[in-house]
This record gives sequence, structure tokens and C-alpha cells, in this order.
Amino acid sequence: MMLTLALSCIAGLLALSVLAVASGRSPVTMRIVYGASLAASLVLLILATTHLLGAQAPASVTLPLGLPWVGAHFRIDVLGAFFLAVVDLGAAAASLFALGYGRHDQEPERVLPFYPLFLAGMNLVVLADDAFTFLVSWEFMSLTSWGLVIAHHRVSDNLRAGYVYLVMASLGTLTLLLAFGLLAGPEGNYTFAQIRDGHPSPAVGALVLILVLIGAGSKAGLVPLHAWLPLAHPAAPSHVSALMSGVMTKVAVYGFVRVVLDLLGPPMWWWSVVVLTLGGITCVMGVLYALMQNDLKRLLAYSTVENIGVIFIGLGLALAFKAYGMTAAAALALTAGLLHVFNHSVFKSLLFFGSGAVLTATGERDMERLGGLIHRMPQTAFVFLVGCAAISALPPLNGFISEWLTFQAILLSPELPSWGLKFLVPAVGALLAMSAALAAACFVKAFGVTFLGRPRTPAAEQAHEVDTLSLAAMFCLATICLAVGILPGLFMDALAPVADLLVGDRMPMQRGVEWLSIVPITDSRSSYNGLLVFVFTLLSGSLAAFAIHRLASDKLRRAPAWDCGYPDASPATQYTADSFAQPIRRVFGTLVFRAREHGDMPAPGDMRPARLVVDLRDLIWEALYAPAATAVTNVSERLNRLQFLTIRQYLSLVFGALITLLLVLAIWP
Amino acid sequence: MAVIFDFAVQGAQMLMVLLLAPLLTGLVRKVKARLLRRRGPPLIQPYRDLARLLRKEVVLADNASWLFRVIPYVVFAATWVAAALVPTFQSGLLFSWSADLIAIIALLGSARFFLALAGLDVGTSFGGIGSSREMMIASLAEPAMLMTVFTLALIAGSTQLSTVAAFMTSNEVGLRVSLGLALFALTMVAIAENARIPVDNPATHLELTMVHEAMVLEYSGRHLALIDLSSELKLLLYVSLIGCVFLPWGMAPSGASVQALAIGFAAYLVKLAIGAFLLAVFETAIAKMRVFRVPEFLGAALMLGLLATLFLFVSRSL
Repeated sequence: MMLTLALSCIAGLLALSVLAVASGRSPVTMRIVYGASLAASLVLLILATTHLLGAQAPASVTLPLGLPWVGAHFRIDVLGAFFLAVVDLGAAAASLFALGYGRHDQEPERVLPFYPLFLAGMNLVVLADDAFTFLVSWEFMSLTSWGLVIAHHRVSDNLRAGYVYLVMASLGTLTLLLAFGLLAGPEGNYTFAQIRDGHPSPAVGALVLILVLIGAGSKAGLVPLHAWLPLAHPAAPSHVSALMSGVMTKVAVYGFVRVVLDLLGPPMWWWSVVVLTLGGITCVMGVLYALMQNDLKRLLAYSTVENIGVIFIGLGLALAFKAYGMTAAAALALTAGLLHVFNHSVFKSLLFFGSGAVLTATGERDMERLGGLIHRMPQTAFVFLVGCAAISALPPLNGFISEWLTFQAILLSPELPSWGLKFLVPAVGALLAMSAALAAACFVKAFGVTFLGRPRTPAAEQAHEVDTLSLAAMFCLATICLAVGILPGLFMDALAPVADLLVGDRMPMQRGVEWLSIVPITDSRSSYNGLLVFVFTLLSGSLAAFAIHRLASDKLRRAPAWDCGYPDASPATQYTADSFAQPIRRVFGTLVFRAREHGDMPAPGDMRPARLVVDLRDLIWEALYAPAATAVTNVSERLNRLQFLTIRQYLSLVFGALITLLLVLAIWP
Repeated sequence: MAVIFDFAVQGAQMLMVLLLAPLLTGLVRKVKARLLRRRGPPLIQPYRDLARLLRKEVVLADNASWLFRVIPYVVFAATWVAAALVPTFQSGLLFSWSADLIAIIALLGSARFFLALAGLDVGTSFGGIGSSREMMIASLAEPAMLMTVFTLALIAGSTQLSTVAAFMTSNEVGLRVSLGLALFALTMVAIAENARIPVDNPATHLELTMVHEAMVLEYSGRHLALIDLSSELKLLLYVSLIGCVFLPWGMAPSGASVQALAIGFAAYLVKLAIGAFLLAVFETAIAKMRVFRVPEFLGAALMLGLLATLFLFVSRSL
């Protein structure tokens, strides 16, 4: 019943796209499309939440679509319901934001048809219950989002971003196709139920893990498969960027979790080594890349890479604990990972909305051309600040909760019997701690350069606050950030059935703990109370303010900035995004990016100004992608010659191919 | 009745850290001055400074935003709560379970995040230089700090400071290589976090390598008083933390008698005095380093912290 309703909502989204194509580019269409998307996502969100909170039994539906002898299987279980809730919360917020934001779109007819399709695709992936439906939905999601990435195709670089995205998405789908082929086996057991019963051999399991890591990892943005992400996510309109960064990467995480923790059966211990190593590298590399960016949306996209690393660390720990039968610890690690999935989808959507608001208000994405927006856009500035604090893992907001839980899971690692893991996990913990501190630096930069200081351009000076609907979407998400931060127990309890399903154990229920604290393992080991920390901080801050204003002085005088007595009238003397990142670039960048600074001094008599030039090299691109691209070009040039052969040569080629095939068949055992 | 007493003790701890913090800074300054054969300001000078600043009017830069005016209170509140959660004279206080060591570090991280934003708010180059360097230092100091937390948590089986302190007083601990390394790492982090020599110089306002003081350059009056008090609280917090974990002797257990509390308080004062003396000696004996040598210093702390964690698995306690 519930599933039928969910599928009808998705069908409604598909129909909406037809409507959008038919009715063209009137503002009414815009309102209908986003309004209906909002309604459909809200219904789906409520369905998913009731399913998850009620821990209801799985329900399934088979539709006579797709492959004739398989059909299209759909199923909702608690894992699916959790990700459905994440997808539709993001979708609802994005639709609400777009109701206001979409008005500024120059070419809405390029966005509107794809938007509901993209939402439908993401929902279908989460509900699919056989390999065929999963892959078709996955590819559908990729292609519709590609359509959104190149919506503004006249902006330079967007077409290149779309091209890189298309190539990487095809690669991802290809590897997933191979993975499901291996799982289905020669008998063609395509439904997930059959795959679950199949118990693949260790070699097949390992191969599937690697293939899924490439397939789902490339979609999620695991380093070194992240290259498309910082190009494609910023290219799309901001509400779509929020969906791609906040939600679509989570659908990719869903794919990984579904295959590796559910379908593959009991994990091997070394799987976790691969996942943990990739997660650790991803989170530090992601945030270092993010720190080097001056484009606000690209910075946010790279920060998504970092957070995917954090999620994969949680999942890797869950795999490690599950492999050794430490189910309670595995439940903790899994809950940490999944809670970060939720948290990241919330604050990343919020931050992308904020960047969209800045883009509407000023027409600028480059932080070097912004500044001082807190005066002109106070409400956007406030919610953006909440998002920045949340993503920097600061208490009492939500990002801290999931990182804290991940640290608690890391601290259980000495009980693992494997020596390799005993040494690896603390090192990963150090990487996680470093990425958290660097993320704080990154978002001080993002907020400080964009919203604080003095305006660097007239565009920033004449900015204006955005419309109410956009603000409403952002305030809703900011409220969720705070709610999860001060009442984390409720959200952790909601995840208990998911942990039960995937690792066969659940964390202690947090609902009954006194004072709404969270106690992941035992009282004496660790506990945290977001509510009390929030209340104490609020109380002591207001107490101090009250006492000082009453008892000491509340006088205030405005004067020019002191700046140690140096009058600097020009806003150009402020610290820029580049100069803010300079110390970190010097410390980490010389190693990771081969960062070099050199002065570009004009010859005597030359009138151009001297410049300080910074060279950054993307070593991953140079080592991995550039050679692959060159190789593909070379091979295709060679193969191109095949088109210009004589008929004799073609005939001999056909004959040779036939002989080879017969030989293979003869030798094949 | 018992709950009221527990509340009173928790309240006393909160007040005590607030009242003792300027004294600790005064003591460090006095000892440093004596070591340099100066007479130095009286011990209560920091209180006088605070009182004077509180009474003065605030001179606010023309383009300072509301955030700039809120941040001193945020920073102060976060630091105060963090400092009140570190066990000083008694462990296992009423609210000690509301945040463990990781949360305390994160609270300090919040304070630093907002202070760095304040540095960027007015849009002067001094503020920016301070903020960007502070965040660079934090990006190494925080992981180093967390690695020491890992070591302690793995030894004591808890990130709860009261449990760690109780465990450290028990006989099961003994001397361990890991603990020694962790102490080194924690001290190095404490020096960096509190902007002490050799990382930063708390005594100057005009030096090109300054970090913390540059960040708060635009503050004046009551705002500056709160920022100063926060730094003093932070110094007290770190000395208490090192005392609580590595010198837990004399600390009263939870539910102790008034006599035990008095002993705990006396022991705490002695620990603070020792901490202040050692810090002053260290600061007098060493020269300030260039800002880009700080990463090496903190990188060493990070490596020590990591080694401390890894040695846990291969070394035995003596």
C-alpha cells in the first residue's frame, strides 16, 4: 500500500516532466513544477519517515516493466526508507528553495523538464529491488542530472564539466553492471532476494567490492575518482547543485551500502582496509582541495568529497567490526556513518542554497569579488553561518555528533584482533581529526571572505536579501542542523532498525537516557549532551552580556577601524581568499599540490604590474586522468584507420575473427 | 539534599575557574618578570586590567557587523563551559558527563572558529593575517590533541575525563612510554593553543609574526575584556587538563567529604602554581620561532601523539 503510494508519487514526478516540456517557459509552469515536486517529495518523505520510525516490515511490489522474464521489482525496507527520507528531505527543501530561486533562471525550459525526472530517478534507485531496475534507475539518475549540469551550456566550462561527468558516470555504471553480473551469476538471478541467498565465493566477493567501490565511489566522489564532481556540481543551477552534492552522492553511498553490507553477505576483514584507506585519503584530500578554491560553489563541491570520506570511514569501521563479529561496535560505526549521511545532506544543501542566494544577489561565485554581504543579506548570512559551523563539526550542531560517534567507534579499534587494523585505524583517526580542523579553516575562509569584511566589488556592495521562499528553505534546514545537534538521541534511535538489518545488532536505545544525553557504549566510557552544552553556553553567554551591560558599561562609539594605526581606505588591502589559504597552502600544499609561488616581474620599461603567481598542480589528474585520456585518444586514432581499409583487408579481418573465435571455443574447457 | 550539594560544587567549580584564571596569568607574568630580574606587575594586575576594560566604552569599527559584537560573548561562553567541565579539585561532578574530552576540544574549536571570523569581520589586513595563521596552527594542533586523547582513552578505556582521572590514580597504570609521549605532545599543543612562546608571543601587539593578538586587534572595552578573560580561561583549562590527567593526585573523588574537597582544592592550587612556574621558565629559556617553523613544531607533536597511540600495542607498562 505504502509502496504503491510511493511509486505513484514517482510516476507523478515523471508525468510532471511531460507537462513541463509541453507548457514551455511561463512562470506558471515553474511554479507548478516546483510546487508539485515539493508536494510529491513531502508525501514520500512522510511515507519514508513513518516506515523508518515504525520499523515496519519490508513491502514489495513487482511491476510488469523492464525485462519480460524478470519484471521490475520494488521494495522498501528500513535501509531504503532511511535513504528515501534523506533523498526526499533534500528534494523538498530544494523544491521550496527553487520556488523562489527559479524565478531568476534565464532559461527555465532547460531545467524544468529534467528536475522532476532527476528526483524520480533518485527515488527509484533507492526503491529498486532487482539488478536491472537498479541499474536502469541509476543510469536514469545520471543522465537527467547530466541534463541539468549542462542546462547553462553557454557558460564556458560547463560543457566540459558535462562531458567529464558523462564519461565518469558511464564508467561507474559499467563497473556496477559488471558487479551485478558477477552477483547474478550464470543463472541470471537478478532479484536482490536471489542475490542475497547466493553467497558469492571470496574471490567474487572481492571483485564485486572493488567494482562497487569504483562504480558507487565515482558517483559519490571518492578520491581518486572525484575529478568530475567539483566540475559538475557547481555548473548546475544552485538548487540542483544542492541536490547533486547533498543527495545524489548519498544515493551512491546507498548503492555501496546495499551491495557491500547487505547483498554480499559476511565481509572479509581486509575489505575494511581498502574502504578505510580510501576514506581517510578522501577526507584529507577533499578538504585540502576545497581550501585552495576561490569559487564558492566549487569549494562546497570539494567539501562534499571530504564528507564522503568521513562517511566511508564510518562504513569501513562497520565492515571491520562486522567481519570480526563485534556487532555492537559495528552498529555504532554504521550509525555514525549513516547519521553523517543525513547530516551532510542537510548542511550541504543549506550551504549550496546560500551560495545560490549569493549568486542571485550579486551575480558572483568568485569569493575574491565578494565581501561584506552580512550587512546587505543578514538572514542569508545567519543561516550560512549555521551551515558553516555545522559542517566544521562544531558543537552544539549536528556535524559534531556524527564525527564524535565516528571517533567513539575508532576508539573501539584496539579490540580488533587484526594487527593491521589496530595500526591503521588510529592513523585514519588522525586523518579524520586533521580533516575536521582543516574543514573549520576552510569554512572560516568561505564565510569570512564572502560575508565579512568590506565589499570588494560594486556587485557585492549593491547586494540585496533574497526572497522569502528561498530563505524559508534555508531556515528549515538550519533548524534541522540545530535539532539533530541538541537532540541526537532521537535521530540515532531512528537508525537502530537499519543497524539491526545490516550488522545484526543495534546501539543501546538513547531515548531512555537521563537528560537526553547520548551514551554510545556505556556511561563511564563516553557520553555527550548536546542540549546541556547548548543551554550552558547560551546561559553563560547571556549571563555575561547581561551582567556586563548592567554592572559595567554598555557604551558604544563608532570610529574608523584601528588596524594598528595604519589607515587603509581601500578594500583591496583586506585579506583575500587566496591570502587566507596561503599558510595552509605553504604547509600542506607544497607536498600535495607541488604549490610554488614565484614573482612575475616585468622587464624594465614594461608597464604591466608585477604579480605573485601561484602554481598548483593537480597530481591526481596528471597521474590518472590525463594519461588515460591520452591513451584513449591514441587508441581511437589507431582504430580509426580501420575505416579506411580495402575490401580484401576487411574480408581477411572477418575471416581472422571467425578463426579466432572457433579456436577459443575449441580450447575453452 | 545531596543533589543540592552536587549543584553547589558544580557551581563552585564554574565560579572558581573564572576567578582563578586571571590569577594564573598574573602568576606566569610575575615569575617571568622575576626570572628576567624585573620586579613585574603585581599578581592581581590582570584583574585590574579586566575591571578597567569592562568599565570603558567600546570603540567599534565603522563597518563592524552584529557578528563582531556577538562573538566575544560566544567565545567567552564556550571557553568558560569547556573550562568548567575539566575536573579540577573533584572528579565526577554533577554535569561532568555532559561533555567528554573530545567535546571539550570541540568547544574550544568553536571558540576559535568564531574568533577567526571576528578577525575577518572588519576587513583589515592585520585581522586576516591573524585568522589565517590561527587556523593553520589549529589544523595541526587539533589532530595532535586528538591523538593524545586517543592514547589516554585507549589506556583508560574512556574519553570521560573523570573516568580517566580516576583510572590514572589507580595502580593499574604504571609508567608507560605512551603516557610520556602523550604528555610531551599535549604540552606542545597546549603551548601552541595558548599562543605562548615559541609559537606566539602573548606580550606584544606589534610584531609581524603575531597570531592571536593580531586577530583581536580591533576589539576594545568590554569586548576585549571578555576575549582576554577567555584566553586566561583557556590557559587555566590546559593546565587543569594536564594536572587532571598526568598529576591526578589529591583530587577528591565524586561524593567526597568537605575535608577531601579542601585537600583537593589545595592540591589543585599547587598544581596550578607548578604549571605556571614551569611555563614561565620554559618561555624565558626559549626564543620565539618563525611562523613557518610552527608546523614543524606541531607536526612533531602530531607524530608524538600518533606514536603514543601505536606504542600502546607494542609496549608494556612498567
